[in-house]
Amino acid sequence: MQPEQQGIDVAVLVSIGRHPTTGRPRRAEQDARGLELALAMEAELPGTRISMLHAGPQDDGSEAALRGYLGMGLESMTLLEQPEGSDAIPALATHLATAAPQLVITGARAERGEGSGLLPYALAERLGWPLVNGLAAVESVENGVVTLLQALPRGQRRRLKVRLPAIISVDEAAPAARQSAFGPARRATFSMAATHPEADSELAQWHLAPARKRPKRLKIVKSASARDRFKAAASKSEGKGGQVLTDVSPEEGAEAIYKLLKEEDVLR
Amino acid sequence: MLDTLLPILIFTALTLAAIGAVRRIRLWRQGRPSPVNLLKGLAAVPRRYLVDLHHVVGRDKMISNTHVATAGGFVAAAVLMILVHGLGLANPVLGGLLLLASTSMFIGSLFVARRRINPPARLSKGPWMRLPKSLMAFSLGVFLITLPTVGLLPEGLLEGSGSWLLALILAGVLAWGLGEMFFGMTWGGPMKHAFAGALHLAFHRRAERFGGGRSTGLKALNLENEAAPLGVEKPADFTWNQLLGFDACVQCGRCEAVCPAFAAGQPLNPKKLIQDMVVGMAGGSDAAYAGSPYPGKPVGEHAGSPHGPIVALEGKALVDADTLWSCTTCRACVEECPMMIEHVDAIVDMRRHLTLERGKTPNKGAEVLDNLIATDNPGGFDPGSRLNWAADLELPLMADLKQVDVLLWLGDGAFDMRNQRTLRALIKVLKAAEVDFAVLGNEERDSGDVARRLGDEATFQSLAKRNIATLSQYQFLQIVTCDPHSFHVLGNEYGELGGHYKVRHHSTFIAELFEAGRLSFAPWRGGSVTYHDPCYLGRYNGEFEAPRNVLKALGIEVKEMERSGFRSRCCGGGGGAPITDIPGKQRIPDMRMNDVQETGAELVAVGCPQCTAMLEGVVDANAEVRDIAELVADALVERPAADTSGTAHRPAATTTAEEVIV
Repeated sequence: MQPEQQGIDVAVLVSIGRHPTTGRPRRAEQDARGLELALAMEAELPGTRISMLHAGPQDDGSEAALRGYLGMGLESMTLLEQPEGSDAIPALATHLATAAPQLVITGARAERGEGSGLLPYALAERLGWPLVNGLAAVESVENGVVTLLQALPRGQRRRLKVRLPAIISVDEAAPAARQSAFGPARRATFSMAATHPEADSELAQWHLAPARKRPKRLKIVKSASARDRFKAAASKSEGKGGQVLTDVSPEEGAEAIYKLLKEEDVLR
Repeated sequence: MLDTLLPILIFTALTLAAIGAVRRIRLWRQGRPSPVNLLKGLAAVPRRYLVDLHHVVGRDKMISNTHVATAGGFVAAAVLMILVHGLGLANPVLGGLLLLASTSMFIGSLFVARRRINPPARLSKGPWMRLPKSLMAFSLGVFLITLPTVGLLPEGLLEGSGSWLLALILAGVLAWGLGEMFFGMTWGGPMKHAFAGALHLAFHRRAERFGGGRSTGLKALNLENEAAPLGVEKPADFTWNQLLGFDACVQCGRCEAVCPAFAAGQPLNPKKLIQDMVVGMAGGSDAAYAGSPYPGKPVGEHAGSPHGPIVALEGKALVDADTLWSCTTCRACVEECPMMIEHVDAIVDMRRHLTLERGKTPNKGAEVLDNLIATDNPGGFDPGSRLNWAADLELPLMADLKQVDVLLWLGDGAFDMRNQRTLRALIKVLKAAEVDFAVLGNEERDSGDVARRLGDEATFQSLAKRNIATLSQYQFLQIVTCDPHSFHVLGNEYGELGGHYKVRHHSTFIAELFEAGRLSFAPWRGGSVTYHDPCYLGRYNGEFEAPRNVLKALGIEVKEMERSGFRSRCCGGGGGAPITDIPGKQRIPDMRMNDVQETGAELVAVGCPQCTAMLEGVVDANAEVRDIAELVADALVERPAADTSGTAHRPAATTTAEEVIV
């Protein structure tokens, strides 16, 4: 098995993060975990080449945040320069289509801007590559097939074999990012790549407001013993009364979803 | 026959010593440049040796007298011997002096020998065990060959048939002595400490330490110059006079005896660390080291070279990273070192490389540094909540007043519920004394102490520069703080970055207020009290008296711990040690609370948020831990004709503090 292991080209997409308390720019938590995953691959699969990409404007604040990623041990990164408020997806898709990496790693959701978590899906759609979300580990690469470990709720893991090229997105299930060191961060260089910026017209029409905490659904615990109350408080509620639909037609699936939304009072 | 043999022996030894000296100097010069004044430094050696160094050595009277007799005798004997026997100035006066000098040295060496019978664990063995014999060989040899010079020996003894044998034996003994004393001095024998030590005194990188001065602030890294190394990766990255300092080590192990990390069984021994640096500078393995090892790390497994890494990326090199991270930067070793070696500087230099270049700050280090970068405090708290604990106190803000007498620096203890009680007590005292003070409030940031000691010079300088910019907007006569770490950094380390302030510890300030008659106290009714000197207040800033004066003013008679004052044992909370948390056999604060227990005190007074946290964290302690400010606040009585704001009711402050906290 070992000899067939081979290094591949990995592109890591990073965004400018935002500290939850102070709002200062920083390396985004999930994107940094994505880079950590790539760096771990580089250590285990000799010959792996990492390229790091960011699409956005170049200014002091974003440079400091991007150097936060570089301090994890990269010598350079590519900056797809475009003005604030531009759509990152076309720029990234165009660049990735030309650079043709075999694996693209990205965080699941940005910490500023839209933060919709749609970027990996939109990219996968544009490039026509498979997407795996919630990644926990990259296990091996053999003959153009990557073996991945996907994180499922409650600590479960699912092993997947995916044909390259592919996009994977990471969230908090991936290993924590290593410390960023000042020296390498300061020495690293940026290479600029020109883009044809497209203003994100939809975003421009939106009204943005600070997020509010969503109301939490109350858990009504009917239990006599302390053990039950503790279990209810400590554990994630297990989906009850759900059903797994397999081999159903799209109409049947849509019908089931519609019914559930009605039941939950989401649709009235 | 001896007349021809002696000059040959002496000058051979001197020549070899000279060659060795050149080789040794070349080893030191592998280090980075550090400008010194050669002539001024050399001229200062006698004073620095006789006054400053002997001030340290003199703490142990026995060894101090031994050293005076031995070293003084040796220097005089060596010079006279070269004159009398090397150059043939067989003057009876010179000869008489030579006899005296060698006698003094011989007596001294007897005491050296006595110390080597059952030597304490801190002393290195190996070649050091033969040193008293070599000293005796030299002094005895010189004494005997000088006897004929002054005509004290029957003329016939060295003639006749037995004389050849006698002369040969005498020459042999002398050759041994000369070998150790001259050849060994520059070729790495135990006597190396005399050669390197004298030059280290001349070219010390903290010349301010001599003549009663104090120099404890870490030296800033040049971050503007991108070519300058960020800390020390390999032995050659030290400055040349740091390397010289390492070489001066006499392996007396006083540092080892006072090191809290060593006592706690953490893998650090300051003496071994310095010896490892010597090994690295010359290249080789530590197998020849004959002292106590790092706890839990056998000798002989580490090796290094001048241009090889000190800490290996993987596996072992000269020193393991956990050794460097065990240090609490308490400076006890530096305070004790008779050779004036700067252990803490070296450790922080190496930490800088690990943090700034490798991003390898252990355990919670990375998280704390990230918090400092993102939120300006190590706990990651909202910087806008720095004054939440004082919501009911209506603290005057610098931003409103612009000009006050006293700027009260809160420190990061403002986020810590325990320290908030201290702060509230201190504010009660300041208000009672009607001090014109204000706080920066949310404009204050962490002083950068922890970042700097974790090796993150970049974050330190960023915090320091922003704090200096904030402080420059306001006018104040002095800064008062209850955090000795902030005190040290603001007072001793901001200067290099352009911030010069008069900083006072709250105990100093309270002592002044009391002396000025602005505070009056109810008589002390509690039990017996001992006082724990915080390292950053005592050893770093020389403030031993003020806290004791305050306690005295309160009517407390301090039951001193065995290790107090400049020999105070660290609480374990400095240098980011609680963050890097290197495991040992026991905890440093537990040992300190045992010290407290030995005095039988029911209460230990402290003056530092770190010490409070560390000592209060001891399980099953017999003594209560209270900050001096709290003791003062509790004892406050309203002065006659003072205002009637109601601050004098004793329990008021503590209960409100708890209400706010809960």
